[in-house]
Amino acid sequence: MSAAIDSHRDTHATEGTGRPTRFRVFRYKQGDRAPHFDEFSVEVAEETTVLDALISIRNRQDPTLILRHSCYHASCGTCGLRVNDQEVMACVTKVADLKSAVVKVEPIANQTLVADLVTDMVDFYARFNAIGRSLIQNSDWLPEAGRPPGVETYRRFENCIECGLCLSACPIVASDPRYLGPAALAAAWRAIEEPRGLDPEAVLQLTDDAQGSWRCHAAFECSEACPANVDPAGKIMLVRRRLAADHLRSIFGGRHS
Amino acid sequence: MDQARVAPHVVIVGGGGSGGAVAHDLVLRGLKVTLVERGELTSGTTGRHHGLLHSGARYAVKDRESAVECIEENRILRRIAPDSFELNDGLFVAITEEDEAYEPLFFESCLASEIPARRVSREEALRLEPNLNPALRCAVQVPDGTMDAMRMPLRFFATAKRNGATIRPFTEAVAMTIVQSPSGRCVTGVSVQDHSNGRHYEIGADLVVNATGPWGEKIARLAGVDVPVQPSPGILVAVRGRFCNMVINRLHQSGDGDIVVPQRELSVIGTSSWVTDDPDHLAVPADHVEMMFREGSLMIPAIRSAQTRATWSAARPLIGERGASTGRELSRTFKCFDHAEGEGVEGFVTISGGKATTLRAMAEATANVVCKKLGVDSPCRTREYPLLPHTAYYA
Repeated sequence: MSAAIDSHRDTHATEGTGRPTRFRVFRYKQGDRAPHFDEFSVEVAEETTVLDALISIRNRQDPTLILRHSCYHASCGTCGLRVNDQEVMACVTKVADLKSAVVKVEPIANQTLVADLVTDMVDFYARFNAIGRSLIQNSDWLPEAGRPPGVETYRRFENCIECGLCLSACPIVASDPRYLGPAALAAAWRAIEEPRGLDPEAVLQLTDDAQGSWRCHAAFECSEACPANVDPAGKIMLVRRRLAADHLRSIFGGRHS
Repeated sequence: MDQARVAPHVVIVGGGGSGGAVAHDLVLRGLKVTLVERGELTSGTTGRHHGLLHSGARYAVKDRESAVECIEENRILRRIAPDSFELNDGLFVAITEEDEAYEPLFFESCLASEIPARRVSREEALRLEPNLNPALRCAVQVPDGTMDAMRMPLRFFATAKRNGATIRPFTEAVAMTIVQSPSGRCVTGVSVQDHSNGRHYEIGADLVVNATGPWGEKIARLAGVDVPVQPSPGILVAVRGRFCNMVINRLHQSGDGDIVVPQRELSVIGTSSWVTDDPDHLAVPADHVEMMFREGSLMIPAIRSAQTRATWSAARPLIGERGASTGRELSRTFKCFDHAEGEGVEGFVTISGGKATTLRAMAEATANVVCKKLGVDSPCRTREYPLLPHTAYYA
């Protein structure tokens, strides 16, 4: 570290704070007979996150530990983990806030394990890609704001960060891997609400299935786990309401609108 | 390329934006490509960057070369990677008298760099962005944009993979195979450890590209060469709430905490600059975080009381002399080092410097060097080649 920075207190420090925390970290390498937990001790500061601690373990204690991470502000969705049995984004989960002497860290559930804390996102995207929703949404977040020349409509990224925490938390996905699941159903609602070139009727049809929106038991665990205010359970209810209305219309109105 | 010959095999070390873009470029030119990355893709500097699609305006006054490169690449990326950007444009706002005095030079420099810039009055700026500091004097609109720092680069990996590149994350380069010949040393392969199964093995290569950004010096050392790459971290602060639609920059000579990038339900304030020797352990200094709030709220006063979502640091890979104290005076233009020149090590090329907006151009320059060294005569195709969506990477 350069002299220029020595005088500045590192709010995310992982050594030299005199405040050690124990981490029980899930370990598994392909070919192992069974997974196990390894214990590490990491000193933490007031802002040190679970991700900072795990990176510190990788860099200072065990270079073979692997985990997914990228943006450090819960926008990329890669560092979703189960910490003390809760689905969280490791990068915005402060160790101090957990208030536990031992922090248990495991990969997210209901997805194929690669090794250690890494899961394969192929299952997640197989569901998600079926919907075909665009990453970009049209929205005027500031209704009072004007638009400059050259910007026809403000567009912004969808809130869903594709982290898979909702799939991990969902009790139905755990028992029925064919269930479309909360992330894809929430994406379906967004495509129905704002089609962006998709055919909303085709998307609705995908959700109108025993493995689609009707499979949800409304446990709302997904909305609890969602780090990005997507509220998948709420969106699933909206999809159902729309499907129910369409069914009624097809019975009484004779024709889809 | 001579079709009868077996395509040369290039191993790229580093799974950030530049590694991905080099892989994409080289497979399109018919080469066999393997990319190894010790962690997840984009887990170094790439994913942690601000998420700014540069118009080049930030460099227009002091670094014309970077500015021109940015606006060119900005246009290319909008074309080859549609739907990766919020396309919200940027507004440079003059707050102080000094800022206002700087405006004519700034505006003229944008135009001279062929950046479409438009003068915006105080009244219009406040109408466009009601949360701006009402004390602002004037503003300039430029084609900046918000990018997804992970998903945009991931499109290069997705496309490279579909076209035949082998992408191996969680595979760490631990040694280089070096053959001593009468004409000098030559890198002929990379020894890796696959952290998903603990296996050690060697990957033979006709050429190795070191695309590890601020880790460039560490990887170059495995090949016994030295590259003048200085990790230069900066702080970033994400607060809850979108306070602007456009990217808001302070209209002044680039300084600390002078840009706010809106993204999803967040506003990201950046950045600062210092130098370090170890890109693995980046501090998040309390006084730098405070500075982001102080400087950011000069442009958007509501930032002062906004709730923090995350604070983190990202290390720029700057090329230049060691010992510089702030990192700001080092060039931001990328460089491609052929280590045969000067150091006499064949088969080893380092790409470093640059920024996310210019990743394609960095890759083109690197691939040109690689192809020339390998005797491959095949033009770059990445300017026009549409990239697959990021989701295709997981197909």
